[in-house]
Amino acid sequence: MKKLKNFFGNAYLAIVFVFLYAPIVTLIVYSFNEGRGRKWQGFSVRWYEELFHSASIGDAVYNTLTIAFLSALIATVIGVISCIGLQALKGRTRNLYMALNNIPMLNSDLVTGLSLMLAFIAVGVTFGYSTVLLAHISFNVPYVIVNVMPRYRQMNQSTYEAALDLGAKPVKAFLKVVLPELMPGVISGFLMAFTMSLDDFIITHFTKGPGINTISTLIYSEIRRGIKPSMNALSTIMFISAIILLVLTNFSPTGSKTEVKDR
Amino acid sequence: MNKRKLLSLPYLVWMIGFTVIPLLMILWYGFQKKTGGFTLEHVLAIARPEHLKPLLISLLLSVICTAICLVIAYPLALILRKANLKKSSFVIFIFILPMWMNFLLRTYAWLNLLDDGGLVYVLMQKMGFKGNIVGTYSAILLGMVYNYLPFMVLPLYNAMTKIDDFTLNAARDLGANERQVNLHVILPLTFPGIVSGITMVFVPSLTTFVVSDLLGGRKIFLIGNIIEQEFSTASNWNLGAGLSFVLMIFILVSMAILNHYDTLGEEEEA
Repeated sequence: MKKLKNFFGNAYLAIVFVFLYAPIVTLIVYSFNEGRGRKWQGFSVRWYEELFHSASIGDAVYNTLTIAFLSALIATVIGVISCIGLQALKGRTRNLYMALNNIPMLNSDLVTGLSLMLAFIAVGVTFGYSTVLLAHISFNVPYVIVNVMPRYRQMNQSTYEAALDLGAKPVKAFLKVVLPELMPGVISGFLMAFTMSLDDFIITHFTKGPGINTISTLIYSEIRRGIKPSMNALSTIMFISAIILLVLTNFSPTGSKTEVKDR
Repeated sequence: MNKRKLLSLPYLVWMIGFTVIPLLMILWYGFQKKTGGFTLEHVLAIARPEHLKPLLISLLLSVICTAICLVIAYPLALILRKANLKKSSFVIFIFILPMWMNFLLRTYAWLNLLDDGGLVYVLMQKMGFKGNIVGTYSAILLGMVYNYLPFMVLPLYNAMTKIDDFTLNAARDLGANERQVNLHVILPLTFPGIVSGITMVFVPSLTTFVVSDLLGGRKIFLIGNIIEQEFSTASNWNLGAGLSFVLMIFILVSMAILNHYDTLGEEEEA
């Protein structure tokens, strides 16, 4: 009976897994297609070659990666600092603060994107790299906070005070005592923010200027004409690098230990 | 201690500048005539048939999508919990990884599978299902479930891993069978996860314009498409903002429900 149950469980997992990854496998396979259409016309790496010769794709990749990295980094700094402040807040103020923080996560990307666009217009800033970066920081901070906050609550607050008693300056006490405790939350917050920024289309669509593209908006502009397989090639490369990167960080012995302890 | 509170200030200012004021801008535009002056016309425009129909379709599709995601994800999270993986990060990894393949491309890839000549199309023909589902509600629903399923799985799985084995064993010792454990112990304890999963799936599927753009064959317009068009092509921003305001009300209601259960969960923790 138990075996049968396990079998059904595993079969179910396999089906969901296939559902999640079937389109991705399709994309990877078509990135090696000689022709453009849906028909298989033989193996080729021509789209990979084209990829490295296209200036517009190069720009989009540069913008996407730098915006994802910068917005995640800045959001992490803001998020960690606010967590410390937030912990000192009490009652209603704290609830209000958290409610405000939750808005970008729970609100629709469409509304967030539109509202930021209208606000940027009202202030009169030129739309471009900086508006997209600001928008991405805004929707990334909440993810950092929800990842860091639980760690902060769990940790023993008196360690920080002990460090102060032993003569450490507040900043040093924070960097040497508090931050290492928070690190797993900080890392997962950063990675989540980076991923969200990387995968975002809607908010970027409304906050970018005419001259600038990220990978998402470049793909969107190609939809009407049919997306070039070089985009598949690009995504394949990013996907494979993500696997390598995440496997390296997730399965290193120190990384996994803290994760288990966390649960 | 009071000095520490000050550290929460910079982000508070940021939130006012980048969350509160922008949302107020939507109200400002939505309740204003094109020529200036207050009006309810843009908000009430939701009742016009060309807007009401997309809204109702969006509501229907997003409710079905949320229900499907819950039905798929709950047993999935249960199985994953019982598998008792040493590395819970691995599960999260599997569901986050697809996001590194661009959202638009992932959805577009379904076209390759569903359209005439695609693998799923051929399989469906063989199973006796005639016709092409691209450009139908089913295709959009599939695209929605595909894109938003991880948002249901992750909070559910998270809630389930938090349940202590001792709690379940205690229930079993007290004579509960598996069904009772699932129904009376696991289900209530995962309730906050369910609520958070529902909001995280419902909101993006209610407001999407990309999935319908890609899989709807340009025949189906959801409320997201209507709003996007008012801003990009029709450039009637006031109308677009007015309709967005109506959407925001739906979102606010679901957020209020979530917040209610979230605070309940927090009290239990404390």
